[in-house]
This record gives sequence, C-alpha cells and structure tokens, in this order.
Amino acid sequence: MQEIITTAPWGALMVVIPLAAAAASYLFPWRSALMAASAIAFPAAFYSLALLARDVWVSGAVRYRIGGWGSPLGIDLFADGLSILMLFMTIVVVMAASIYSSFYFSGDVERKRSFWPLWMFLWAGLNGVFLSGDVFNLYVTLEVMVIASVALISLKGGREALLSGMRYFLVSVLGSLSYLMGVAMLYGSYGILDIGALGRTIGPDPAAQIAIVLIVTGLLAKTALFPLHFWLPKAHASAPVPVSAALSALVVKAPFYIILRLWTDVFSHDIISHAGLMLGVLGSVAIIWGGVMALRQTRLKMLVAYSTVSQIGYLFLFFPMAGSSDAFLGCVYQALSHGLAKASMFLAAGNLIKALGSDLIEDLRGLRQRLNISTFAFGLAGISLMGLPPGAGFIAKWQLLKASIETGQWWWAIIIVAGGLLAAGYLFPVLRNIISQSQDPVECAKVPFGMEAAAIVLAVLSLVLGIAAAVPLSLFRTALL
Amino acid sequence: MNIDNWMPVFVILSSLVPAIIIFLLNERQNILRTIINMSAAFIKIALVGMMTWGVFHERNYIMHFPVVPGIEIIFRADALAMFFLILSAGLWLLTTAYAVGYLEGSPNRRRFFGFFSLCVTSTMGISLAGNLFTFFIFYEMLTLTTYPLVVHRGTQKSLEAGSTYLRYTLSGGAVLLIGIVWLHVQTGTLEFTQGGYLNHAAGGHAVTLTIIFALLIIGLAVKTAIIPLHGWLPAAMVAPAPVSALLHAVAVVKAGAFGIVRVVNNVYGVEFAATLGVTMPLAFVASATIIYGSFKALFQDDLKKRLAYSTISQVSYIVLGVAIAGPLSTIGGITHIVHQGIMKITLFFCAGVLAETLGIHRISEMRGVGRRLPMTMAAFTIAALGMIGVPPTVGFITKWYLGIGAIDAGQTWVLAVLGMSTLLNAAYFLPIINSAWFIKQSGDWPEEKKRGRFFETDPWLLFPVLIIACFTILAGILAGEFFSPLEWAKLITEREYR
Amino acid sequence: MTQEIIYSIGGVLLFCIGLYGLIACEHLFRKILSFNIMGGGVFLFLVSIALNGDNTPDPVPHAMVLTGIVVTVSATAFALALLRRINSGTGAETLGRLEQDASDLDG
Repeated sequence: MQEIITTAPWGALMVVIPLAAAAASYLFPWRSALMAASAIAFPAAFYSLALLARDVWVSGAVRYRIGGWGSPLGIDLFADGLSILMLFMTIVVVMAASIYSSFYFSGDVERKRSFWPLWMFLWAGLNGVFLSGDVFNLYVTLEVMVIASVALISLKGGREALLSGMRYFLVSVLGSLSYLMGVAMLYGSYGILDIGALGRTIGPDPAAQIAIVLIVTGLLAKTALFPLHFWLPKAHASAPVPVSAALSALVVKAPFYIILRLWTDVFSHDIISHAGLMLGVLGSVAIIWGGVMALRQTRLKMLVAYSTVSQIGYLFLFFPMAGSSDAFLGCVYQALSHGLAKASMFLAAGNLIKALGSDLIEDLRGLRQRLNISTFAFGLAGISLMGLPPGAGFIAKWQLLKASIETGQWWWAIIIVAGGLLAAGYLFPVLRNIISQSQDPVECAKVPFGMEAAAIVLAVLSLVLGIAAAVPLSLFRTALL
Repeated sequence: MNIDNWMPVFVILSSLVPAIIIFLLNERQNILRTIINMSAAFIKIALVGMMTWGVFHERNYIMHFPVVPGIEIIFRADALAMFFLILSAGLWLLTTAYAVGYLEGSPNRRRFFGFFSLCVTSTMGISLAGNLFTFFIFYEMLTLTTYPLVVHRGTQKSLEAGSTYLRYTLSGGAVLLIGIVWLHVQTGTLEFTQGGYLNHAAGGHAVTLTIIFALLIIGLAVKTAIIPLHGWLPAAMVAPAPVSALLHAVAVVKAGAFGIVRVVNNVYGVEFAATLGVTMPLAFVASATIIYGSFKALFQDDLKKRLAYSTISQVSYIVLGVAIAGPLSTIGGITHIVHQGIMKITLFFCAGVLAETLGIHRISEMRGVGRRLPMTMAAFTIAALGMIGVPPTVGFITKWYLGIGAIDAGQTWVLAVLGMSTLLNAAYFLPIINSAWFIKQSGDWPEEKKRGRFFETDPWLLFPVLIIACFTILAGILAGEFFSPLEWAKLITEREYR
Repeated sequence: MTQEIIYSIGGVLLFCIGLYGLIACEHLFRKILSFNIMGGGVFLFLVSIALNGDNTPDPVPHAMVLTGIVVTVSATAFALALLRRINSGTGAETLGRLEQDASDLDG
C-alpha cells in the first residue's frame, strides 16, 4: 500500500476540534455559546475532513506524526479510504443527532449541561479510533469513547438506564483489558505497536495466536457480536434517543473497525486457521437470532436495538470470505449504510414515542397525527436495513451475496437473504400499525420540526448512498485495494 | 450530451418528480394535486410518444450510471420496452382520472396519489431497464410502493392482505436476487441483448444455468401469479378499485410477465433456453395456471375475486406464448401484454363503478344492472367478450396467434389448453352478462349513491371506462394497421429472431 | 531471565484472577475491584516484557503502563461514581437478572 508522511494537521484537527468543543461547552453551557461552538466546530471539522480526504485521494494513505516524534514513543495518526468513510459517517450522524439533541434536551437544563461535553468527547473518541495508527493508541481512544458513552447512557437516570450503563461499562472494560493483554503479548514478541509494521513481521507462532484470540475476543464483546451481545439491547434502548442513535450507528462500529483493520493489515498471514469461518458462523447466528428477537419485541426501541444485533452479524460475513474484494466492499458498505439508516431509525422512533407518550408498538395504532416525516424516515431507513433497493443496504448485500457465490460459500447467501426477510418481518408490522386506523386515537404531543428533519435527512442520505454508491466505493479502490 | 440518451431518465422523472411534489403538498390541496398529476401524465405520454417514434426508426436511447464497480444502472429503450411503456403511460393517465373520481372525499389522498406516481415510476424503470440489476431495483421498488396502496384503507382485512402480499413478493424478490447475483458471477454481465447473451456461453455449466433459470422464473412467477405462487393476488383485491385495476391487472402482474419475457428472450435467448430444456416445463406450468385460474373463477361470487382469478389465468397466456418458443406464439404472448391490460382494466373500472355507484360487490347482486348503468355495462360486456376471445376483439387476436404459433412449433396440445380455457372463460363471463342485461332487477341496490348529474355516474369514473373499452375493439379491428399492438409485437419479434 | 518469566506469569495469573472475579462476583463493588486486579495483571506483564536481558529496559512498555494506569484510574473513578448513583437512586448493589421484563425500561 502506498503511504506518505504528511505535515498537514488535518487528521489531528479531527480530534482536537471535538475536544475543544467539549471544553467550550463545559465552560460556557448557555444556549448562545453552545450554538456558537457548534457553528464553528462542525464546519471546521467538515473542512478538515475534506482536506484529509483529498490527501488520501491523491496519495492513497497518509500518516501524521504528532509533535514530530514518530513511533514507537510518539503517536502517529493514520488515515486511508476506510478511515475517511468512517469519519464521514461519524460527522454526519453526530451532526444530525446534535440538531436533534438541541430540541430533545431543550427543557432540561441539568442534563443539557452534562450532555454536550460528553457528546463532544464521544465524537473525539470515535474520531480517535478511526485515525489511530498503532494498537496501543487504539486502546486509549476506545476507552475515551466507552466512558463517554456509558455516561451518556446513564444520563437519563432511572434504574434501567443506570444498570444497563453499568453492564455495558463492565463488559467494555473486560474487552479493553483483554485487548490490552493481547497488545502486550504482541509487543513482547515483536517489539512493535504500529499496525503497518506489525503486519510485515507477524508470523504464525503461539504467542501471536494467543494475542490475536485475546484481542479479537475483547473487541467482539465491545462490538456485541452474538453471543456477547447480551448487554446491547437494553443499553441502546434505555439511553436518551440521540445517544441511542450514536451508540447503534457509530459506537459498535468502532471496535468492529479495529477488527477489520487488524484482520486486513496484520492478521493476513492466516495465523489461526478457521478463525474467519468461526466469525462468519457467529455473524450468521447473530443475523438470525437478532432478527427473531426483534420479531418478539413489544417495545419500539427494543425492536430497533435488536435489529442492531442482527445487522452487526452481516459485518462478520466478511471474515470467511476475506480474500474477496467484493466481500470487503460489501462489509464496509454495510457498516456505512447501517450507520446512517439505524441512526435515522432511532431518531424517527424517538419522534413517534414522543408524540405518542408510549413506546409500545401496539399503541402506534392510536397515532392521530400521522407524523408523516418521521414515518417516512422510518420506512426509508427500513428499506436500507432490509437490504432492498434503492437503499445503501442493498448495495452492501449485493456485494456480500456476490462474494459468497464467487468464493463458492453459497450458504452465506441463504443467511443474507433470510436476514433481509426477517428484517422485513419485524419492520413492516411497525409501519402497518402506523397506517392502520384505530377506533380511539390519542391526542399526540407536538414534535418539533428539527427533530423530524434530522431523522429524514439521515434516511435520505442512506438512500442517496445507495444510488450514488460509485463515489465512495471508488475512494476505496484508489486508497485501499 | 446527447439528448436522446437522457430521454429514458426524463420519462422516469416525469412521474418521480410529481410524486415528490405531491408528498410535499398539503393534504387539502386537492385541485393542485390533480392538476400536477394529470399534467405529468400528459407530459409522460408525450415523451413516450416521441421515444416510440424514435425506436421505430431504430434510434438508440441508452443511459449508463455506474453504481458498483462492474455494475451499472442501464436504461435502454428497445421495442419491447416501449411496448410496456406505452401501456403503462397510457393507463396511468386513465387510471389517475378514474382514481380522482373514485376517491373523491376520502382521507389520505396525498399518500395515495404520491405512492401511485411512485408505483408508475417503478413500472417505467422496469420497462426501461437495460440489465437485470436495474430491472431488480425497480422490481423491488414496485413491491414497496404498492404496499401502501394495497393497505390504503387501513382496515384489518386490508392490512392482512398487505402482509400476505409482502410475504409473497419479498420472498420472490429474495429468490430472484440470488438468481441474478449467481448469473452475474457466472457470466460477468447482466445486460439484456437481442437474442440473449447466454447462447454462446453455454460451456459446461448447463446444470448451473438451469438452476439459475429456475430461480429467476420462481422469483418472477410470484408477481406473475403463476400457480402455486398466486395466493397474494385474490387477497390483494381488498385494495381500492383503481389500485386493483392498474396494479393487480397491469403493473404488478405485468412486471412479472415482462420479466419472464426478458429472461427468456434477452438473457437466455429462445433457442438456448429450448436447448437447455427449460421452456417446456415453463409452458406446462403456464398452461396449468391458465386452466386453474379459469376454473377457480367459476366459483367466485365476489366480482373482484372472479376478475382476480381471471387475471391469474390470462397473464399466463403471455408466459405460455413466450415459452412455446416460436416466432408466432411469441407475437401472441407479447401482444397479450397490452391486450390483457386494456381488457382487464376495463373490467376492473366497471367493477369500481358498480361498487361506488350502487354498492354492488357480488355477482348475485348484478341482476338488471344493465338498465341502470347501460354505458358501463356495455363496456363490461365488450371487455368480457374480449376475454373469451370473440372476434373482432383483441382477445381473439391473441388466441389466434397463440394457436397458430403452437401448431407452427409442433405443440398441438396447446390448442386443447386454449380451447378449454375459452370454454371456461365463457362459462364465468356469460352468466354475468346474461344477468346484467336479461334478468329483471329484484329489490333495491345495496347502497346507491348520487354521483354525477348528467350521466349515469360521475364522469371522472365513466369516461376512462368508455375510452379504454373503445381501445379493446379498435385494437382488434385495426390489428393489421400501422402502430397497432399486434404490429408492434411483430416488430419486436422480428428484431428478436433476426 | 527467570525474573522476567516469574513476573510475566504473575501478571497472567493476576489477569485470570481478576477475570474470574469480574464474571463470578455479583456485587458491583467487587466487580470494580476485579477489573482493577485485571488491569494490574496486564501492567505487571507489560513491565516484565520491558526487561529485555541487558541493563537498559525498553521505555515503551513503561509509557504504556503509565498511560494505562491513567486510563484505569479514571475508569475506576467513573465506575465508583456510577455505582454511587445506582446505590443512592435505586438501592441496587448487583446488576440483577438480564432477562427481566422490559416493563421497567423507562425507570
């Protein structure tokens, strides 16, 4: 892979800007100051991301040495096509959810005060993960992200939110320490932390094998792959709505991104046989299990959260077909499309729940005002999640299907298609309840336009991504393959 | 930039843009919505007309959009595409007019007309698709956009019908998707080619190609309502009449049939498909469907249900014509895309008029209705006779070409199927005509509404019925003339077999 | 050489003890202590690999341990604060069963 060392600090700015915004929103928590901070932070971050993307487009991959130290003692930031796409998804979702939050927390001074700094820290942590060039730095950024997200889950207060936050925290810490132990073993054997350099030296010896098992298992717990998904549904369902959106869309993707990166760049020597197959099997079980559990939910946010369990499964179908570039594209596209669609769906579901005052799916029949925008957003996001055209999820599933037939592993094709049908099975009843006419509709609370707009913008983006798939995919082809 | 190449895009946008505008309009802006809808329909007909002229003179309309590396969205207007396009564009105009009258004063009209336009957009995309990938995108879009129309009334019954519809069509779509992806992996291309592109790539994988053919046909057969995959169609008749008319007699079932024509003619190629031995089973299944549908229709008292089973039977004529794999029967099958469309839409429109004006839903309630609604019932009678295949209606032309095509291809057993089907058609249509005209009315109509002052019913409902009924006869009488459906189908077949 | 092995085995043992405690203990405070023990194990292991035979130990693992301690201390502080919130708000000291009826989702 072609790679240049740059002195342009665009990557570093992607971490510094959210951190500065976090500090600013902590010090000056009043409304006008928050508006000013986001009015500066988001355009600035977009601008840096655009320039970083241009550099990656031109030179394939860029590396930035913070403070000029260089590895191993200094910190390197590394960006390629994959990082750019993840950063892009992050900024879009964070921005939409921020707009949503400014209405969501508007009457709640106490929570608003703690929400914004934590929210910006979460964004900084995510950007950090997507830009880290070495395995130890990944550990640190993961922890930043996790602590911020646990705090955000617990923000709502109440038994369920606090306990599921705690459960998530403990699972996450367990995962982190397992990951760190693996990193320590790798360093003990090879004396390297840099991802690229590790990939060039690692070989199939027992220490490396144990390290990989520790690293991958730790990350699997964080990304909630079946059977380590048990903490996810309640944590995602009991968080405040914009936080649920960010958790499902972005936070579970970060550890997955690390697995993917290590798998393609470091573990490529087939160090453990059948590991890919095992991940694929777990992913398949997750697709089916998450879908079946989602079918059985009576509460809207739980349904959407179980759908995340199922959708994460698709990501892991990449590993048994790791040699195929179609599988890689499909997997990354699934991460992107799920990110946009699921964030939109959580926001739309939040609107429906807010209007209705209840989150029972059954009660949706009583919607008097139909909340057309939110319903539309829910439907469009659903199309993408079901893997139907023209949603972005369709392109992902097409690529994965193609890879599974190309590599002769047709059984994954059946799982992919069955998962899509299951998704239709649990999503259409929600839409059906909205459409149906109830005998006694309830009076609905008003939902601000901004909250509906945030949901529909993300849903439309997930569609646009499906139609205009060529642009992001070409970024990959020049940058990664 | 070549304007010709953008024409297919314009045709698609001419219903997509109105759909978006309709969704943005207010529920109460009825007049504005009707104006937008009707003018869009006229614009679309004008565009399609221009393209038809161009295609006749062998101009090329091709548009490529790369989506995924190695995969493109292709829009291409060939003669077959135009055939389906003209049908959809023309019937969209009439059905929109009809629906404006039909749904007057009912709630959620914005949603209805919005999705209606989206549905037509999908049909346009299906006709203009230049490869299986594009075809699939719009084929699935059609499922999604028709669902809100099927469940439009929001009653428990329509919701259940909607779920049945989704179960069938989404599963069919999944099977189709696997078939398409597999074919793509096998051959590396999905682009429709005249005479099919598989004929030279036969190679050693005949078994694989047979399995793929089966997957594709099963996926398409769900929408075509070929037995045993027809269960959704009678259930979906709970939808409002214009929906049943356009979607379940024209758009949805035709999308499936059109897909089968594409797969047999433009993917596998007729000759190669015959060498693989896949066309005969298809012809058998189509024949079984023809007989089964007609037979079931005999026992339905609900008018729309009887028409639904009749659709199941009639659409399989298209499949049968293509599966017999001879030029003459192909002409018969392809013309039936248009012929069945105009006849069946007349019948559904009439059923809608009966339901809206007099509250009649059952055939047993139709005694003497010919005196009350003479013009409507005249249209109904013409279309019903066409279905039976009485000359000089269009239905006769189809059966004639299917018959001689079968003899030409040495498949004489098809004649027996055609004969039996004709008898059954007569057996389920003639009693309706008889009781409507020749039996006296007994008692009141179930639910009579005052609609229209000068005519027997609302002119928005009546005129589309009359116009389309005229086509049923005109297209039959003028079948030998320039630009009749038959001549156009001959043109398609000629280009196909040369 | 032996010193190095003893330390690293000790680190791995501590890691395992902590892991056991994190999974087996029900009380949340014990769980928090357990992950600290796990962390201690990892750090001990890291320190042991810094001894690479000669007299100049490798500085990188030390930097990692220092950073790791900072992370663990803040995580522990956060966990303790969260535990106090849980305890004062709901009186709960354990996570409880997972498959509880979802009816208390909104607290």
